[in-house]
Amino acid sequence: MTDLSYVRTEMLSERDPPLSTTGVIGWIRENLFNGLSNSVLTLASLAFIYWVLSHFIPWFWSPTWNGTSLGQCREMIGAAGKESGACWGVINERWPQMLFGFYPVEERWRPILAFVLMFVALIPVLFNMISRRWNWFLLALVLFVTTLFVASGWLAVVAQVLLVVAMIWIGRLILVTKVSDRADEIKAGARRLPNPLMFSAAFVFIMPWLLWGGTVWAPIATAFGFVVGWGAFRVLAPVAGSLVAMILGVVAAVVWWLFLVGPVAAGLHGLLPVGLEPVQSRNFGGLLLSVTIGVVAISVSLPLGIVLALGRQSDLMLVKWMSVGFIEFIRGVPLITLLFVASFLLNVFMPPGTNFDIILRVIIMATLFSAAYIAEVVRGGLAALPKGQYEAADALGLDYWKAQRLIIMPQALKISIPGIVSVFIGLFKDTTLVSIIGLLDPIGLSNSIRADVAWNGIVWELYGFIAFLFFIITFLMSRYSMYLERRLRTDHR
Amino acid sequence: MSTFELERDVDRSHMQVSDRVAIEIRNMNKWYGQFHVLRDIDLTVYEGERIVICGPSGSGKSTLIRCINRLEEHQAGGIVVDGIELSSDLKNVDKVRSEVGMVFQHFNLFPHLTVLDNLTLAPIWVRKTPRKEAEEIAMHYLEKVKIPEQALKYPGQLSGGQQQRVAIARSLCMKPRIMLFDEPTSALDPEMIKEVLDTMISLAEEGMTMLVVTHEMGFAEQVANRVIFMDAGQIVEQNAPSEFFNNPQSDRTKLFLSQIL
Ligand SMILES: Nc1ncnc2c1ncn2[C@@H]1O[C@H](COP(=O)(O)OP(=O)(O)O)[C@@H](O)[C@H]1O
Ligand SMILES: [Mg+2]
Repeated sequence: MTDLSYVRTEMLSERDPPLSTTGVIGWIRENLFNGLSNSVLTLASLAFIYWVLSHFIPWFWSPTWNGTSLGQCREMIGAAGKESGACWGVINERWPQMLFGFYPVEERWRPILAFVLMFVALIPVLFNMISRRWNWFLLALVLFVTTLFVASGWLAVVAQVLLVVAMIWIGRLILVTKVSDRADEIKAGARRLPNPLMFSAAFVFIMPWLLWGGTVWAPIATAFGFVVGWGAFRVLAPVAGSLVAMILGVVAAVVWWLFLVGPVAAGLHGLLPVGLEPVQSRNFGGLLLSVTIGVVAISVSLPLGIVLALGRQSDLMLVKWMSVGFIEFIRGVPLITLLFVASFLLNVFMPPGTNFDIILRVIIMATLFSAAYIAEVVRGGLAALPKGQYEAADALGLDYWKAQRLIIMPQALKISIPGIVSVFIGLFKDTTLVSIIGLLDPIGLSNSIRADVAWNGIVWELYGFIAFLFFIITFLMSRYSMYLERRLRTDHR
Repeated sequence: MSTFELERDVDRSHMQVSDRVAIEIRNMNKWYGQFHVLRDIDLTVYEGERIVICGPSGSGKSTLIRCINRLEEHQAGGIVVDGIELSSDLKNVDKVRSEVGMVFQHFNLFPHLTVLDNLTLAPIWVRKTPRKEAEEIAMHYLEKVKIPEQALKYPGQLSGGQQQRVAIARSLCMKPRIMLFDEPTSALDPEMIKEVLDTMISLAEEGMTMLVVTHEMGFAEQVANRVIFMDAGQIVEQNAPSEFFNNPQSDRTKLFLSQIL
């Protein structure tokens, strides 16, 4: 029997890992050429990539940017001594149309402004890394640049002076205090600029006004509907109880929106006519149309989906079965069917004479469609939460809504981020289906462009360009979801 | 079971049982479907009592204390907590829950909030305490459970024992009159059991009314004024700790004690 006892007398110090496993060479050896089969696969993949690029790059690199028809493109390609190549002239000539459709040229600053303002409005919602000052500064800057381009006369000068003063004032605030000092000041109760989310809320009403135009009183009167509903709730709550008051408040707001917004806005417009040139929905097209449908449907379907997910888990049988019925019905029907309903059938059910905007109808259908999917994704997140979280919230005395808002939803939504973003990306890509009911989204436009004799026969360039536009947007969405997941990771597993 | 030895003497000067009733359970019964979990439970808890509940797994200990803050509903009999009858009236339930603190076996901290936010959440949203004051209260209790330096960390960054102490502090921030503990140390390593029990002892020393489901018999002997033994959904025996451990009456109790000691 040998002696098994052992005592270490000297502790080992830390050493670097062997060189062959680190650095570029180490990485390549480790990941690309570890073993025979992997080396073969690596070489085969390299050959395939080479083959694809050797065809694509000469096609892509084609001197046809100034071509005015497919025939002329072919001459230019021939003159350059090549056999084939892309005809980029079509993109050069038609890209404004691909972006804006038939939106009047002199009004195109409005969708651009709406798009830029959308980012200003989204920053405080999507990111928490920018200070209030920077957000307001950005808003003033955007508005100032806009006035330079589109406004003239003494009113514009007054606005520009005011905006410059605001920018200097906020800019000085940004420069004089350091971020860390500012955090201490805020803790000590320093006065802050108003929350930029105020602008985000206002933007909900500004965006349709910028896009469709008309009197400025329409969005103001629409926004006032919330005041009406809230006021009705506050007045009735002490008398009728909070649930009844809530229902009546909603009814009051809906009555206001359906019957009173029109006359009130018209009356105010008579007194003080301020407004933008109206633009008809049929002039919307291209990426503008896709983004409009996508943005509105995305931002409405998330809260709607959350409500449906909660409804599906509710103890109230009626609420539960209505949610289940809605979700299962919508998921059982293809989006294209809903779009056909929106386009042809809905008007049959409307009282004669009502003109229910086609884009609005499509947005409603897209919203309902993705809300059903969001509801199921969120339900998955809810199911993944341990029961202990509900119990802890209950044991602390939080009521249902507070527990949902403060404990359950923040965690369930965090779990659901990848699924939610997938639904949104899918929804955005599905906006191209509206070409089937005759709306001129990029796909619809590409068909009408090809109907032009000059461009008849062009396929890859147009679809490639559309794919490129969509790729940028969906790629940004997926990157954002990864950023958000990283930011919210607090479990340190 | 682990044999917990207290290093210091327990200060009994504030451990007084008053004759005011904190919890009154009368002839209470509960079923899970057809399964009769709790049978004819009668229990009166006076203010300042420290009651340890023990018994074999599945005997209904958790269910009993979860009925007290209505995480579970009972189907027959009555439970009155601090003068409030527990019924399906949600207002009463919320009132009782904000008076009764509960500590769980698996801590159930909110992983998406910092320790400080875990502690201030209920005072701010249920008690409407201003944030600043709530934070002061929170820091006070964090110091009491001896981890003020962890205030800005997330629960996932703490050890099990630290998490459980945070969970105790979270309950205390609501200034409860009664504390319920459901096997607070069962998920912990031996080193950490001690720090959690220490915290619970100082709580007892301040005169808190406590119901503790635990198998830490050392804790029961030193701190409890009454030990309850449950089996098959019934209270089988209850007595002062010295009597309970040295002179158990029922055969079931004797069997149980012989298995765990
Ligand atoms: N939600 C439930 N549904 C059905 N049976 C349950 C449920 N919770 C607990 N039980 C059963 O009730 C009995 C008592 O459980 P519990 O109170 O957790 O016991 P203890 O805490 O004493 O170990 C066990 O037999 C358990 O299986
Ligand atoms: Mg248990």
